[in-house]
Amino acid sequence: MSFITVNKLWKEYGDQVVLENLNLAVKQGEFCTLVGASGCGKSTFLKMLLGQEIASRGELLLDGEAFPGEPDRNRGIVFQRYSVFPHLTVRQNVLMGLELEQKPWLGKLFGAARREALENVDAMLESVGLTPSAHKWPHELSGGMQQRLAIAQSLIMRPRVLLLDEPFGALDPGIRGDMHDLLLKLWQETGTTIFMVTHDLQEGFYLGTRLLVFDKVRNDPHDPQAFGATITYDLPIGRTDRKLLDDINQSVAETARHQAA
Amino acid sequence: MRLINRRPGRISATLLGLLPFLLIMLVYSLASQERLADNPNDKLLPGLEQMNAAVDRMAFQEDRRSGDILMWQDTTASLARLGMGVGIAALLALFVGLLNGVLPLVRANLAPLVSALSMVPPLAILPILFIVFGLGELSKVMLIVIGTAPIMMRDVAQRVRELPGEQLIKIQTLGANSWQVITRMALPQVLPRLIDAVRLSLGPAWLFLIAAEAIASTEGLGYRIFLVRRYLAMDVILPYVIWITILAIVIDQCLRLANRRLFPWYNAGGH
Repeated sequence: MSFITVNKLWKEYGDQVVLENLNLAVKQGEFCTLVGASGCGKSTFLKMLLGQEIASRGELLLDGEAFPGEPDRNRGIVFQRYSVFPHLTVRQNVLMGLELEQKPWLGKLFGAARREALENVDAMLESVGLTPSAHKWPHELSGGMQQRLAIAQSLIMRPRVLLLDEPFGALDPGIRGDMHDLLLKLWQETGTTIFMVTHDLQEGFYLGTRLLVFDKVRNDPHDPQAFGATITYDLPIGRTDRKLLDDINQSVAETARHQAA
Repeated sequence: MRLINRRPGRISATLLGLLPFLLIMLVYSLASQERLADNPNDKLLPGLEQMNAAVDRMAFQEDRRSGDILMWQDTTASLARLGMGVGIAALLALFVGLLNGVLPLVRANLAPLVSALSMVPPLAILPILFIVFGLGELSKVMLIVIGTAPIMMRDVAQRVRELPGEQLIKIQTLGANSWQVITRMALPQVLPRLIDAVRLSLGPAWLFLIAAEAIASTEGLGYRIFLVRRYLAMDVILPYVIWITILAIVIDQCLRLANRRLFPWYNAGGH
């Protein structure tokens, strides 16, 4: 049995169909990148994995069990922005999850337990390269540093699934490359299953083990909302030729034009 | 150069800011001199000398009848009422505002009531307060609480709801329960905003304080002003008004500084 199973999944808002008939099986430890034009349900699918949205029809299973209907500590998330707490320093931000887990009422750790947790935190900060900034406030960090912090904050909980919603969309291209290297390194170290939504097709073609393309198969020019998107390509990364990637690129661009029209 | 692009330098900005104050003082002293020249016993526009004498009498000498120094007695009485009223209102606002902001079930239950309460003109229910709580301290404090708490409650709830939705999801993925969402995410981020709300509601709080003191009291800044009004004692009223203004400015600035010191992340654009 696969780790995550998606079976005939639909998502509709009233008349508007966002996703239609999604089928997918993901093994533990896979790194899936989700690409597609905006409005093709990539983020909606991610929100369903997170528990923020509920499917209209179909099954979404984690280890054979239905996904919980609200976010929990097994699924980490990094958004494009606002993922870190502005009122806590870098170190406190990463410590937060450990404190919440161990102290349901107080939400704070003291003494030996705190020292032990902080050792953990400092090791995590080291591996994302934030050690020199440990005592800074988030607003003193650059965009890339804030995303490193958001990733560290999630990974310290050792989530079973890490969800990334366009995490590098707001970063400069150079910084983005560094973040890709970091993400691949962390993925190899932790073995977490990762889903990453991205706008950047090149990013999708290069990162991860598996590329999922969300696209609309049918399109009604008079009623663009009538048909939803589904997964049109499901490819292993690294064994694909240039020609196919160009085809995908073209198809996605075409859907984007339909959406805009 | 266009007028909209002309900016004052540091010194000229200070001078421009001082100018209206100096003008008011000038106009007042000219008018006062003129009236005093006509009638040395004029009470309407007392000169500096008369006001000095009044301040000396009220603030530095014991009252012949009670043996108290009246201005300090008035000040401490008023500040105690103001502090207690605003303090209770702020605590209530924090409690109700947080619950309203974080928990949709409580919001559905309480938000309409809070909105309705904030529309009741507080002075209109002052008689009710006097009847229910008597003419003592409690009714004056309650007037300040009722007058300022509902608006602060709405403000706090609004600030909580303005926190990015991403944060709320994030803390849940870190395993937080509802209590922890309130205590570790909402409360610490809303505290500096509560201090801002308190600063804004100090104006109405002074209004309610002085109104309540004017109607039923035996001491207090508002009581004194309304008492000496009977003798047209402008030489006491004017220094009292200036003193109240100074107190209000000092309290406001203290809160502003406290906010800066206590929440360094808040004022550096960290929100």
